[in-house]
Amino acid sequence: MSGHQPPQNELPEAQPKAPAPAGITRRGFLKGAGVTAAGTALLEGVQVFQREASAATPSNVKEYGPDQFPVTLHVNGREHALHIEPRTTLAEALRIQLNMTGTKISCDRGVCSSCTVWLDKMPVNSCMTLALDAVGRQITTIEGVSADEHLHPLQAAFVRHDAMQCGFCTPGMVMSCASLLERNPKPSEADVRAAVSGNLCRCGTYPKVFAATLDAASQIARKA
Amino acid sequence: MATHTSHSLPDALLAAADVTEGATRTVSVPVGVPGYTLHEEQRTVPASEPPVLPVNKDLQFIGKSHERWDGPAKVTGRARYTADVQLPGMLYGRFVNATVPHARVLSIDTSEAEKLPGVKGVHIIGTLLGSAVLRDPSLEQAKYPVVRYAGQPIAAVAAATPQAAEEAAAKVKVKYEVMPFVVDADLARTPSSPLVFPGAADQAGTAGGGGSASGIPQTGNVHGPAVRKHGDVEQGFKEADVVVDARYTTQVQTHSALETHGVVADWKSDMLTVYASTQGTASVREELAAFFRIPKSQVRVITEFMGGGFGAKFGAGNPGVVAAELSRKTGAPVRLMLDREEEHRSVGNRPSSDQRLRIGAKKDGTITAIQLISYGTAGCGTGAGCAGPATNLYKWANLHTEENDVFINAGPAAAFRAPGHPQGAFALEQSIDDLAERLNMDPIDLRDRIDENPVRRVQRQIIRESALWKSRNARPNADPGPIKRGIGLSQSIWYRHITMSSAAEVRVHKDGSVEVLSAVQDIGSGIKTVLAQILAEQFGVPPAKITVKVGDTNYPVGPNSGGSVTTLSLTPAVRDAAWQAAQKFLASIAPALGTKASDLSLTGGMVHSASGKFQPIPFRSAAAKMNTEEVSAQARRIPDYDPSKYETYGGVDIAEVAVDTETGRIHVKHVLAVHDCGRPMNPTQVISQINGGVIQGISYTLFEHRLLDPNYGLMVNPNLDKYKIAGAYEVPKIEVQLIESYIGQSSTDASGIGEAAGIISAGAAIGNAVYNATGVRIRQLPMTPAVVLAALNQPQPLMESL
Repeated sequence: MSGHQPPQNELPEAQPKAPAPAGITRRGFLKGAGVTAAGTALLEGVQVFQREASAATPSNVKEYGPDQFPVTLHVNGREHALHIEPRTTLAEALRIQLNMTGTKISCDRGVCSSCTVWLDKMPVNSCMTLALDAVGRQITTIEGVSADEHLHPLQAAFVRHDAMQCGFCTPGMVMSCASLLERNPKPSEADVRAAVSGNLCRCGTYPKVFAATLDAASQIARKA
Repeated sequence: MATHTSHSLPDALLAAADVTEGATRTVSVPVGVPGYTLHEEQRTVPASEPPVLPVNKDLQFIGKSHERWDGPAKVTGRARYTADVQLPGMLYGRFVNATVPHARVLSIDTSEAEKLPGVKGVHIIGTLLGSAVLRDPSLEQAKYPVVRYAGQPIAAVAAATPQAAEEAAAKVKVKYEVMPFVVDADLARTPSSPLVFPGAADQAGTAGGGGSASGIPQTGNVHGPAVRKHGDVEQGFKEADVVVDARYTTQVQTHSALETHGVVADWKSDMLTVYASTQGTASVREELAAFFRIPKSQVRVITEFMGGGFGAKFGAGNPGVVAAELSRKTGAPVRLMLDREEEHRSVGNRPSSDQRLRIGAKKDGTITAIQLISYGTAGCGTGAGCAGPATNLYKWANLHTEENDVFINAGPAAAFRAPGHPQGAFALEQSIDDLAERLNMDPIDLRDRIDENPVRRVQRQIIRESALWKSRNARPNADPGPIKRGIGLSQSIWYRHITMSSAAEVRVHKDGSVEVLSAVQDIGSGIKTVLAQILAEQFGVPPAKITVKVGDTNYPVGPNSGGSVTTLSLTPAVRDAAWQAAQKFLASIAPALGTKASDLSLTGGMVHSASGKFQPIPFRSAAAKMNTEEVSAQARRIPDYDPSKYETYGGVDIAEVAVDTETGRIHVKHVLAVHDCGRPMNPTQVISQINGGVIQGISYTLFEHRLLDPNYGLMVNPNLDKYKIAGAYEVPKIEVQLIESYIGQSSTDASGIGEAAGIISAGAAIGNAVYNATGVRIRQLPMTPAVVLAALNQPQPLMESL
């Protein structure tokens, strides 16, 4: 659980602290909160707890930003060097800096899960994850779900069942459902509903998402 | 020869050209519902029309559930939406939005914003789009557009990064002279209410509906009534044996497409290129050309993929125009995508309604009179009329409808999936059930008597014979426990709107590849797949091997996708183009085969010789014998074969609910939806749309509600965390039964499905089911637990005071 503290060798030296900007936008808040390598995990309660515990020790606090600084992100098995600001979300880093636009931003508030990616195989909302917090972790995006030109069995099932309409929520749906199949190769329909309970689809494609995921599970089981 | 053609046409084509000049032939077309009413009818059609398509079961590709053509692109994230477009040197645009609901703007100071690093340009909005406009503009002398809703765009900035743009927008200082405002539609109707407009104001509709009649009366904030009168309703009510009279209210719903509105605009000296999240590449081009007074030929609009619109995405709108302005000023491409809050507040919604509906009927069910007086708010726009279902669904002897728009200080409405119809059907279909009960008739029997549409008759028969309907207890409130089960029915109706400016080009290449080009956009309904299927049927090539190029105004003009027009407008043009291209193709291979085009035919992917000159040749091998690298044909929509045989279409849905009478929660368990859409071109894709309509309808009925704070005039739930839409847990078991309904109107005989697909009927089907479960009728949307509990705990007057 503790393996994702950003390795210090991938972060530059801390920079002087800048004054917090005015305004109460979310970005402004994150930026103004003096984002540190140990300050703003929004991922899992235990990690937050651990980090807060360490942040309580002033000597542990390193500060970055507000200007850009270089980091390395491990995305889909490859290392990408890029410059980010502390406030840059993982979704923004992927979409804007790395031009990996399969990950969508729709609500930008962790409600719709269009931006779902995996951090060390666990699905997270990348709009609610700072890029800084993804340093040192294995990031998997929709572009990396299938190893080569072939579709992942789940993606193939989505196509077979027409589990999409406009397609904007589809990458997030695929990430949530593929993650479910990793954790639970024989899910029930209730399991699938739970797995996509945070994924919003305005076209109303849920029934076919359920059917496709159950079908993909049985296809995978047959091949195994 | 007065005109010169740059290439000589083969003889077969010259013959085809001759017959387009008014020549006709009479053909026999399938009409009706297979298994129920299928028969043949005669139609006189232009001689250039392709052969009549048989019913779906006799076809190889059309009418079959082929996989979505762009499915692989969508599941891999390769599909590029507007927000994904990145051009070299591209800047990020950001609106500065009004923070108050009603004000004159005194000054706008952009100096501090412009000083920020990365900021490249600012634009102050001079002409605001989307809201109603004063009939007499001189009533309002103002330097800047008057603010009529919180969230109204005032200015915009362009910067090198989204963060810089956001910071710069926050630094723009706007000074307001605030004015009294009103955000409550009931208050707005009172004489003492603040006025949203100082005089009468109108808003035109869009391709997808919305807007309302111009030039009708306006009193205070009430724009209307728009009146429709046939016969004498008071006489009709006198002749009635039973009159039902009730008030219904529905809320404002936001479209909440997952991709927000936005564009990437790239203004070059000779061409404005705009990537747009739109339902109408044609509508965006038209609005930009008109706004900037530049030729349409110098505006190119591209929509490769778009993430949902539901009626709100027509025209360039404020984002399109402002991004173009910023691009012109900065000399760089500008991406301007709205955030979710802006999406909720400023770019459209479904108007509310407050309806008083009276229906009079004879003992046998015959309707003697329908009267509907409705008020609704479309914010600072218009389009709250909802008399469509009351006017068109049933046969009546006398009709009187009055539709009123009530202006309030809120964002303007936009067309939203079946404009006016979910509201209207919510009232009408519950009152028809009321009427059935008062007449002691079965709700299906009553509808059989008053609904003349032959297809819905078949649909009701299917419903009547379904296990779900048979499990319905006709007696309301029959379950003894606190959780009560009920089943209710509702019908929907939509119309055959045709966009005649629908065209396509089909090209056949010497290597055997085939492509179709049209400016039409695929908004998620799957038109790309359908076009591939049409070419597949013509050339015998699997749909996945067809190249489909759409969503670009460089191609022949396509319909704007709203009002269920796309498939029925465009597919005949595509089939005609495919057929004509095939004839040209045969002419181009005839010389190499030592025969004439008239000896050749292309069926089942093989070229046949009628004279038996050679054994059938596969299409691909035959293509290698073309005497040119490419043949192509362009066709546009021709009128329906026989408009006098016009029928509406729609569906009949039933919903099973469980009402928890202790918590007030309604759980929709099961929906059976029986629908028609002419010839279903791809049944799986049609079913996807119906699933979506049903779910959106449930969401509208139970959850969605735009809330405005009366003290500050702000929307208090402008993101999806507080504006609840249906998620995976709220989806019932949905069974769709798709009716093939042939009407013999075009070379594909397709209709549409988007509007009729469930959203119209869900409210009343659930309402009737709740009544069946509890014996209490809920005439208010959304049916939240609080509303349900209040209704359960109150005696139910049939008519509340208006």
